[in-house]
Amino acid sequence: MKEIRIHGRGGQGSVTAAELIAQAAFYGGQFAQAFPNFGVERRGAPVTAFARLDNKFIRRRSQIYEPDYIIIQDATLVDGVDVFWGAKKGTVALINTEKSKSDFKAPIGVKIITVPATKIALEIIGKPIINTILLGAFAKLSGLISMESVGRAIRERFAGEIGDKNVAAAKRGWEIIRQ
Amino acid sequence: MKILEGSRAIAETINNIGPEVVSAYPITPQTHIVEDLAKLKADGLADYEYVRAESEFAAISIVEGAAAMGVRTYTATSSQGLLLMTEVLFNVAGMRLPMVLTCANRAVSAPINIWNDQQDAVTMRDSGWLMWFGEDNQEVCDLHILAYKVAEKLALPVMVNLDGFVLTHVVEPVEIESPAKIKKFLPRYKPQAVLDVKKPLTFGAFATPAHYFEIRQELHDDIVSSQKVIKSEMKKFKEIFGRQLGLIEYYGDKNAEIVIVAMGSVIGTIKDVADKLKKFGKKIGVLKVVSLRPFPDEEIIKALIKAKNIAVIDKSVSLGTEGILATEIRRALYGDKKKVVSYVMGLGGRDITEKMIEGIYSGIKKENKKVVLAGK
Repeated sequence: MKEIRIHGRGGQGSVTAAELIAQAAFYGGQFAQAFPNFGVERRGAPVTAFARLDNKFIRRRSQIYEPDYIIIQDATLVDGVDVFWGAKKGTVALINTEKSKSDFKAPIGVKIITVPATKIALEIIGKPIINTILLGAFAKLSGLISMESVGRAIRERFAGEIGDKNVAAAKRGWEIIRQ
Repeated sequence: MKILEGSRAIAETINNIGPEVVSAYPITPQTHIVEDLAKLKADGLADYEYVRAESEFAAISIVEGAAAMGVRTYTATSSQGLLLMTEVLFNVAGMRLPMVLTCANRAVSAPINIWNDQQDAVTMRDSGWLMWFGEDNQEVCDLHILAYKVAEKLALPVMVNLDGFVLTHVVEPVEIESPAKIKKFLPRYKPQAVLDVKKPLTFGAFATPAHYFEIRQELHDDIVSSQKVIKSEMKKFKEIFGRQLGLIEYYGDKNAEIVIVAMGSVIGTIKDVADKLKKFGKKIGVLKVVSLRPFPDEEIIKALIKAKNIAVIDKSVSLGTEGILATEIRRALYGDKKKVVSYVMGLGGRDITEKMIEGIYSGIKKENKKVVLAGK
């Protein structure tokens, strides 16, 4: 089982990101689960969402304490929230930032990958909608989800032009990861 | 099989079951279920009448009236909403109206808390409703289909419970059964007695000491004997849908001396812990109680025959005593020398982790308290 924890701010679509990961993985033939950690629901407040992927039905209902992947949608969270909590050797942290990975202090054994998702989103979508770029990047770096499944999950949620733009954004996220 | 939010899965299943009247008042974490039902109606994808209510008391009263007119109904609520329905819930059962209600389980005030525990539902234990608890959204959807069948067959209302947020807001795979397939199991509802101006009847009429006792006794007896009907319907359910339902489910080592008993979604986490412990050669059993009412005493006694140390996890507490399921288990096992410890956990959305479950396994033999409020 692979466990993913997403840190974002209210309004950034952290819950949607978790759901898209689960849906895309499901379309690729895996079992998946996505759920939010609802706190105080307001824009800007730190929020957490979770996803689990496995080759069998996922029964576990606890929150995620030892994530295999951490997706940080807003780099300013790193100062106020212990986003690396529970990270273990081999955990990969994907951070939306224009800074380089050496600017972040992660626990030993945690691999940091940075993607300037906000910058790309403003270029492609025209709005700071970052989660589809991070979804594409996550799919590539984890090797758990195909770009085709990512596209299908996005198009099921966003129709027409918005869907096209988000798929293009996800593709850019996919391409930016060189592995 | 589709991947979708639990609330959406329930709404689609309810729509496919085909109630004629839906009435509800939105409350977290039930909201998405009734929003989806309202949207299905607004999009022209549903045939029911959707009646917006001004409170939960009104919502349950509206479906009560509709049920008395002889139609299939649906409502859903949580927490304070369920508490506000209390008076009508008792009436519905007393009038033998075959209704189905979903409770997205949530803590009760005060202090106000929107997160999951099961205090709301268990507080309605004595209302005369059959009360079932699902482990995952597939089971929850299946229990709804079964609930209508049993309710309409026995003239007893059924409350289907699922953990708020944990199940209502999780996106996971669920098989949504089609109207045609559901119809094979659940035929069109044919009411026996209905309110009709041409043939006037009185429901829930005044009963003096000369009759009240027998009427209540009949309700009690029918709830006890409902087990047989539920089990035979579960068999038919399996023939049509291929999935096994049960009043209880035992998982893990049949000879385990330590057994953990619980209701609802936490069972999934406990099963994972059981598998992990098994790898280390440790024996543990898991008993899932699906049906709090009727309470399957005999099946539970049988399932716990080899158990010596029984941990009952409740996401609720009868303040001043212990967890409500724990009391039920103790009652069922009365006279036996088994050790039963009530672990009250997860109140107000406190996460129940695998470590906490492992802690129960390793600690129960030495535990000398009858009740442990285990917040950590």
